Amino acid sequence: MADHATSSVSSPEQRTAAIEMVLRRSGALTEGFVEDFTEHADDAWVTSNGARMVARAWTDSAFRARMLSDGTTAAREMGFDFPEHHRHLVVLENTPGIHNVIVCTLCSCTAYTIIGAAPGWYKDLDYRARVVRESRTVLREMGLDLPASTEIRVWDTTADTRYMVLPLQPPATEGWSVDKLAAIVTQAAMIGASRLYDVKG
Amino acid sequence: MDSLHDLGGRQGFGRVNYPDQPHAETWEPVVRALSACALRNHVYNMDEFRHAIERMAPRHYVTAPYYERHLTAVATLLVEKGLVTQEELAALAGGAFPLAAPIGPGRLPAVPQSFGIGETVRVKNEYVPGHVRMPGYIRGKTGVVVGISPPYPFPDAAGHGMQAPMEPTYDVRFRSRDLWPDSCDDTMNHVGVFQSYLEKV
Repeated sequence: MADHATSSVSSPEQRTAAIEMVLRRSGALTEGFVEDFTEHADDAWVTSNGARMVARAWTDSAFRARMLSDGTTAAREMGFDFPEHHRHLVVLENTPGIHNVIVCTLCSCTAYTIIGAAPGWYKDLDYRARVVRESRTVLREMGLDLPASTEIRVWDTTADTRYMVLPLQPPATEGWSVDKLAAIVTQAAMIGASRLYDVKG
Repeated sequence: MDSLHDLGGRQGFGRVNYPDQPHAETWEPVVRALSACALRNHVYNMDEFRHAIERMAPRHYVTAPYYERHLTAVATLLVEKGLVTQEELAALAGGAFPLAAPIGPGRLPAVPQSFGIGETVRVKNEYVPGHVRMPGYIRGKTGVVVGISPPYPFPDAAGHGMQAPMEPTYDVRFRSRDLWPDSCDDTMNHVGVFQSYLEKV
């Protein structure tokens, strides 16, 4: 194997171009695929999908019950889809006494069609290594200081089940419309790295 | 395999770089699209892709940006599937093109035995040389089944291009104090575990 540390290693741009040439030559890569795929990923696989599910769960108790018993069906009901290798969406309900947080220690698995592409920090080695073992400490460093009485539940995405957190609705937002509620739900809250404490009425 | 990708619980890592800082890398979305193209054309499956990342030289793995790990895996698989040689890749890229280490043998699932919600289970004390989705921090540990997911191809076979029988996965709940006695925050740790990795207690 070549030693990557030598200065003769081609740049990531050059290596990407080489892969593109091989896939085009093989017939797998068709004209416009990269642009079309990127546009679809950026437009369709967005955080607002999960945010709309959360907002609906806050305002529609029957949907909330369906979402907690079968997240996959609830997501499909709202018109969202999954890649073939995401077999099951499990929705984890935060309560005043329980806080859920998601990670993938082995790589970077996420329900990306529902909560959007995983953020850089989620894919970083530091988060993957530490959040399973020192979740309370890591969350505090990230700005979420949970009371000692709160039970933390960490979920490691090691199989093909995908997870999302159903955050607690901020009390100040009682009575808001679904659209207004969806706008306050962040990707970090659906991963469990933050709560929506600061939202004011 | 017990390589550096299996990060859960490793110590010495630092603060999570949160929130993300904006950065522009034009090759990164292209790599994402090219990998999706190869996957859709069945050049490889998700487990083969994950295993190719796991086979990267540890020094390369920990220093490469996220999408460089992806491009290394795609290139490795293109070579292994016979679409190009490493020498040709280097010529196309205009410099050395480091690849992951060669693949070894995979394995078939264990004799099927099912587990129920609430059942106490033990993760087998196995040291798998190839692709495996059991994080090392639960090896040999005892937990309780809290969820069952639909069957999925057994990754230890699929990751090696073998015919992969389907089997369910279980969300298993562990106590952090059982995983890392005396050296962890007190949490409930959940891991998605393939059926073959578990045994009755």
